[in-house]
Amino acid sequence: MNKTINQKAWFFVIPVFVLVAFNAIIPLMTVVNYAFQETFGNNVFMWEGTRWFKQIMLSERFHASLGRQFLFTFIILFIQIPLGIGIALTMPKEGIGVPICLVLMSMPLLIPWNVVGAMWNIFALPDIGFLGHSLNALGFDYNFTQQIGDAWFTTILMDVWHWTSLVVLLSYAGLQSIQPAYYQAAEIDGASRWAVFTKIELPKMKKVLTIAILLRFMDSFMIYTEPFVLTGGGPGNATAFLSIDLVKMALGQFDLGPAAAMSLIYFFIVLLVCWVFYTLMMRNEGNQ
Amino acid sequence: MKKAKWLVPTIYIIFLMLPIYWLLNMSFKTTTEIINTYTLWPQEFTLDNYKTIFTDSTWYTGYLNSIYYVVMNTVISVAAALPAAYAFSRYKFLGDKHLFFWLLTNRMAPPAVFALPFFQFYSSVNLFDTHVAVALSHCLFNIPLAVWILEGFMSAVPKELDETAYVDGYSFWRFFFKIFIPTITAGIGITMFFCFMFSWVELLLAKTLTAVAAKPIAATMTRTASTSGYELGLLAAAGSLTIIPGAIVIYFVRNYIAKGFALGRV
Repeated sequence: MNKTINQKAWFFVIPVFVLVAFNAIIPLMTVVNYAFQETFGNNVFMWEGTRWFKQIMLSERFHASLGRQFLFTFIILFIQIPLGIGIALTMPKEGIGVPICLVLMSMPLLIPWNVVGAMWNIFALPDIGFLGHSLNALGFDYNFTQQIGDAWFTTILMDVWHWTSLVVLLSYAGLQSIQPAYYQAAEIDGASRWAVFTKIELPKMKKVLTIAILLRFMDSFMIYTEPFVLTGGGPGNATAFLSIDLVKMALGQFDLGPAAAMSLIYFFIVLLVCWVFYTLMMRNEGNQ
Repeated sequence: MKKAKWLVPTIYIIFLMLPIYWLLNMSFKTTTEIINTYTLWPQEFTLDNYKTIFTDSTWYTGYLNSIYYVVMNTVISVAAALPAAYAFSRYKFLGDKHLFFWLLTNRMAPPAVFALPFFQFYSSVNLFDTHVAVALSHCLFNIPLAVWILEGFMSAVPKELDETAYVDGYSFWRFFFKIFIPTITAGIGITMFFCFMFSWVELLLAKTLTAVAAKPIAATMTRTASTSGYELGLLAAAGSLTIIPGAIVIYFVRNYIAKGFALGRV
């Protein structure tokens, strides 16, 4: 759409700008403040320069939680994106099945995150949970509170349960926007199912899939509540992802300086990845 | 082939429903039954857990608090986002692209980064433990989202609509409220749905910013879990009840969800 240049449009944006700035800039400046200084309370600050940053960048603990975070995010993207597309492709396109699928599949998205954690805790407990009990009955030695592998398995399964529907909904919306004429043409040409998927459906879903990947990346990178309630970061530190580690450092040990430095590094990583995605997305839109 | 196609969504939905069923199952059991036996459905069906929640004020005020700040946040977010989204969809102005990306970065900011400064900031302006504090803090991610979705819907409305209205002698505000807003009701509905959803499910900020007076239900649950031993039945009942508002909202917007995702570029 061709837009007119109108600087007065800023007046429309002011309420949003003020509300978000109030919430974003002031707290962010507090974080920056802590990141470069040492404090003993009472608003007494001493300049520390980049000491906290060096400390965090060199600390084993940060490397470990960053590594766990990337591993987790890649695993869930690797599972959720293909699975979501697959389910969207097999969903009914019309009739009574559509609202049933949409309503039931959206359910996990609207459950408070700590309830998701609590629900999976109850579901996976080895003695009284359905999942834990069934796995043990089948002969697996399963206990997510004791064994690292099981804790990861449960956390990933929970995230798949929680968020795959988002990918399904987005892909489904993308598929619905394809005109029937495309499919008819493909049928006349005798195109295989695979060709229809790669040549028609996938290109049409490209935009929504970028959004899906972007959203899933951001949200899984910030994941806190669900694993915190499910495993508490344990056993040991096995499932302590970045946010969990950060909150532990900031609110648990009150190491404000290092925690603030870590916050900034953390935020910067998310920003960087999202900026790359955003630029790619906008460029795609420009091409269309 | 036709039959096999039904199989995948069905299996997926069963997978989704299992943990929810298990939660409901637990909520109708007595504590002794939960601890001592493993049963696929309640042997001694009881409503005691729900009774406790509806009669004990620490529990039900939690629900009221949550609903209160979620609704407040939804209203603030949508009201502020409407004119801004209109500006982004219709006009070019100094710094518009940067502003848009800056807004989005706030959707990307991990709440854990903001938890501590939020606590200090809201304490220093005497808003700690109020519904307003939570509602305002959720604006951090809901306003960018609302602007993003609404902008998508507004851009889909042809600009000729605006121009015709001005030719017909409408003032801007009269056009905006009488013509423009009714044309994008679906978009506003979707936006409210997403604001409701993200404010309802968020816990970290809500928990950090409240102590007693505005404590959300989700925080009541975690605190109960840690203080009064392990009352699984009660927790399960409280958890089951938190699913209901979401389910109601989904039912009303079911036809818009897919459309909203596509148009609104969520």
